[in-house]
This record gives sequence, structure tokens and C-alpha cells, in this order.
Amino acid sequence: MQIMTTEFCGPFQPFRIQVTNRDQEFLCPAGSNLLKAMERKNSGCISVGCRGGGCGLCKIRVVQGEFHSKRMSKAHISDDDLEQGVVLACRISPASDLVIESDQYQPPVAG
Amino acid sequence: MKKGVMRPGHVQIRVLDLDEAVAHYTDLVGLTEVDRDDQGRVYLKAWTEVDKFSVVLREDDTPGMDYMGFKCLDEATLDTLRGALIEYGCTIDDIPAGELNDCGRRVRFTAPSGHNFELFATKKQLGTSVGNHNPEAWPRDLKGMKAQRFDHCLLYGVELEKTLNLFRDVLGFDLVEQVMTPDGKRVAQFLTVSMKAHDIAFIDHPEPGKFHHASFYLETWDDVLRAGDLLSMTDTSIDIGPTRHGITHGQTIYFFDPSGNRNEVFCGGDYFYPDHEPITWDAEKLGKAIFYHDRELNERFLTVLT
Ligand code: FES
Ligand SMILES: [Fe+2]
Repeated sequence: MQIMTTEFCGPFQPFRIQVTNRDQEFLCPAGSNLLKAMERKNSGCISVGCRGGGCGLCKIRVVQGEFHSKRMSKAHISDDDLEQGVVLACRISPASDLVIESDQYQPPVAG
Repeated sequence: MKKGVMRPGHVQIRVLDLDEAVAHYTDLVGLTEVDRDDQGRVYLKAWTEVDKFSVVLREDDTPGMDYMGFKCLDEATLDTLRGALIEYGCTIDDIPAGELNDCGRRVRFTAPSGHNFELFATKKQLGTSVGNHNPEAWPRDLKGMKAQRFDHCLLYGVELEKTLNLFRDVLGFDLVEQVMTPDGKRVAQFLTVSMKAHDIAFIDHPEPGKFHHASFYLETWDDVLRAGDLLSMTDTSIDIGPTRHGITHGQTIYFFDPSGNRNEVFCGGDYFYPDHEPITWDAEKLGKAIFYHDRELNERFLTVLT
């Protein structure tokens, strides 16, 4: 069974992903989602949850660069968010080097 | 006291990509696709179940659970329970027969926890995959984890006390196991309407109506281990396990479907009779209560929901 279906295009050289708020960077091949590449490096600079676009834990903001994305939960990513580059790291794959900010997830508070 | 609710009957789960989800629940979990409807929903069945379907997948832009349905003894019982829910103050939504293919009318209500539930009494029966007459041990064409049945859901939400009262007093569930804080607040409750360790469970959470997992029953610990093997072979997102729960003492593995909905497959576990006193875990032992070997929660247990 093959889950990843993100279309693959661009150079074979992995893209450089800079995580500004953590002062870290990692490499992500085209066609891989950001979270998976981050986990492979075991750097912990993006929070890992479901890895499927449902829980919102891996929410990041892409400050610079191009990417492909798969469907993400509307409960966590609104159309406004998308316009601001706020996305789920487990659902995007880079199409260029990226500059991102992680830790954008806000846990629910008792109301 | 039993009121004629028999067992978990179905769960409708929202997924981001229907094809990916169907592949996950059939090829990997081992359910069988039995039908599709004009809304595009896909109906799945586990091999030991007698009713036509137990899992319904619906494509949507927000993963999570639409509702969980419980099957009642018969249509007269359904009428009685419908009346009791209304008398208790619940708002009822009457879903006509056929809204789900080959399922009778359903009585839907929202629990204080924020989750939608429904009762029904009639569903077409296809029978188990080995039949009723001199049945063989198991069908030989099963896939993946070979899940035997949809067993229970764990849900996160508000108002646990009120939710327990509704399930116990109106629907006839029993409280089997609970987690209590030192000041006497119940933060987790495991309820049964059968001899099983749980048919539905709730954990206290500030957001109403959240979905933690849908769970499927396997036969043996070896099957749970092999489920873990299959998750690695297919590069599927694992949450934790194989391990054992303190609560229910079941042997378990947690993983995620391609839309981030958590699944569990498990085996074993305690049994329940109505004369059993509830089992109580102290909240400071919550780690051990949930993951008996690690004795601490992974952070995802409390935060990763759909
Ligand atoms: S890890 Fe759950 S949405 Fe990305
Ligand atoms: Fe469970």
C-alpha cells in the first residue's frame, strides 16, 4: 500500500528547510513531506502528531519559498491561514528551498 | 440496568481522501468494502460481524467522527429509548430508514460531551464470513491485520458527569473503569453495555466532540505484534505500541489513518458483569493506567485528536 501521492517534480537535489524560530535547518527531498524529512533527521524542530493532516500539531508558517500541498483539516487551516502561508508540515512538500517558522499550533483552552 | 441497547453498531468517520482511506481500512486494517452510496460514502464490514457494515467513511475537509451508532434489541425498544431520551431532555433527530444503505431508522442525539450518537434496531445482515452452519475457524482471504470487529471508540470532550448520567440512566450502560483526580473529579470513564471491558469511553477535554480513536478487535497478542509489523512495512504513522493498557488490561497498538484519525487494534482485556464495582485509577497514575509498560503518557495521547 502506498500512501504518498504528492506529485514529484523538480530537481533531485534535496531542498534546504530553514526553521528560523528554532535556529535549525534540515534537508527535504522533493516529493517528501516536510514532517517526514524532519523526523528522519530526528531534530524535533517541528511538533509531530498524527502525520496525516488531521490534528494540527505540526502547524508551521512558510515565510519564503514554494511548495505543493495535500488537503489539510479545515479545523486547523482556514483559507486565511493558507493565504498567510500557515500550513501543516505533514501535508506539504517543497518545490524550492523554504524558510519556515514552526510551533504555530495553539492547544485548546478550557472555556 | 440494561435498557435494550445491545452493542456498538457503527461509526462514521470523516477522511480527507476517500481512496487513501479505503485502502487503509481494507488492505491494512482488513475490513471489507460492502457498499457505496450516492453521497459517495463507503461502507465497510469486519469478518466476524453479522450486520452489513460497521464503519462508514465520508470524504470531508475536516477529519474526525460524524457519529457512533448503537444497535438496540428491536424497533419497540428503539421507540421506548427514543421516548426516554426526549423525557431526559435530549433533542432528537429522527434519521429515516435508508439514509444509510440497508439500515433502518436511526434516533440521533448529541451527548453532553459534544458527540453525536444514534440508536437503531434494524440493519441488513450479511452474516459472518464463515457462515452459521459448521463454520470454519476463519476465512482464508483476509487482508492486513484481519480485524475481527469494530469494538469501541474513545472520545474526548466536556461534561463527563452528565454524559455518564445519560449513558447509565437512559441507555443502560455501566461504568466499568474510571480515573479520578484527588479532588474527586472524574477525568476518564469507560462504559460498557455488554460483557466487554468497554463499548465507549470518554476522557475530559476542554474542546467538545473530539475523536481519539476507533478500535478494532484482534484475536491474539501475536496478531497485535504483526499489526505493528504491517505498520512498518507500509510506512504507516504509528502512535505507540505494541504495549498493554492498565485500564482494561488489553494488549494494543495505536496508529493513524491517512487523514490523521487514530485507530487502535487490540486483543484480550477484562470482562464485566453488572455486579462488578467500578475500577478506579488515581489521576497521578494516569500514565500507567493508559500505557502499562511505559508508565507515562506520550504527549500525543492527550493532544493529538481529530
Ligand atoms: S502531524 Fe497531525 S496535522 Fe500534521
Ligand atoms: Fe481503545
